[in-house]
Amino acid sequence: MSVSVVYAILVTSLATFLSRFLGAVSSQGIKETSKIFKWFNCLAYATLAALIARTIIFPVGVLNEAGYLIRLIVVILSLGVFFVSKRNYVYPTIFSAVCMALMASYF
Amino acid sequence: MINKKIFFKGYKSILAHDSPAIALGCCFIAIGALLKNLGFNIQESIFSTMLTYALPGSLVMAESLLVGASLLNIFLAVWFVNARLYPMAVSLFPLMMHKNQPKWKYYFSCHFIAVSAWLIMKSNYKSIAKEHRIDYWIGIGSATWSVAVLGTLIGFCFSEFLNKEIMMGLAILNPIYFLCMMVGASKTIQITLSVLLGAILGPLFYFFSPEWSILLGGVAGGTAAYLIGEINVS
Repeated sequence: MSVSVVYAILVTSLATFLSRFLGAVSSQGIKETSKIFKWFNCLAYATLAALIARTIIFPVGVLNEAGYLIRLIVVILSLGVFFVSKRNYVYPTIFSAVCMALMASYF
Repeated sequence: MINKKIFFKGYKSILAHDSPAIALGCCFIAIGALLKNLGFNIQESIFSTMLTYALPGSLVMAESLLVGASLLNIFLAVWFVNARLYPMAVSLFPLMMHKNQPKWKYYFSCHFIAVSAWLIMKSNYKSIAKEHRIDYWIGIGSATWSVAVLGTLIGFCFSEFLNKEIMMGLAILNPIYFLCMMVGASKTIQITLSVLLGAILGPLFYFFSPEWSILLGGVAGGTAAYLIGEINVS
């Protein structure tokens, strides 16, 4: 293994584990019925939603090469499949990949 | 020690009809291919997923390496993008705390905190007795972690067969899966508002600070949703 890549992996792991570990330590003594738990629950859902929205609107990596309109169409159609399939998670997910690959090749 | 029956019950949860295994596996296939294209060897790719086990963090590391960023820059960029794991941990572990369980299980299993495992646990924890929830969680985490490692291996080995369009298809899988899971989880006013406000404020804050946008959007959106929910209840 090249040294710089190994260091990058270790640094990435440390930065990731830090948030997880601090979360596990500071959650000792928090009761699931407390207000602070409810607040953190809201923070977690909102942060995840922010991450997903950012991944779709301002993507990093290969998704950046697909236009805004293509990404928007794929999201809307996939949500449509989600509701039509009675809130099944797998159908819209597979549909989104096929739809994105097809739209990226033709447009 | 770990209750094997409960552990395997958790492990098998990824075989459910609406399991995240397919989406998660496909995304890590894309990561495996990306890491190979960046010049990682197979050991580095596997260790990266095993030790990090967080998609956005791996992507940020890959992008940072590509532009020649320093180790400190990589640390800060990954820390910012993965800071969401902190509120996720705080909103999950109190559901699993039990005096009969040793502390090491909680510290060890915090490595499994990731969106897919977290959402599965949040949907299923009520069906497991509180004393055994940590074992169930370790089962879920081990299963999703195995899928991620296997996906990376497959992606690395078959990267030459994945063209740009297929990579784009694989890259959109995870956000769409999580989006559907979040919409499905929006059953109370607080959660629904958290999801809506987070999705609006996150990209909005991106214009002011790309690094802090996820955290700021999450804190502002989550706090507003919590307060509105509390006012609504009272």
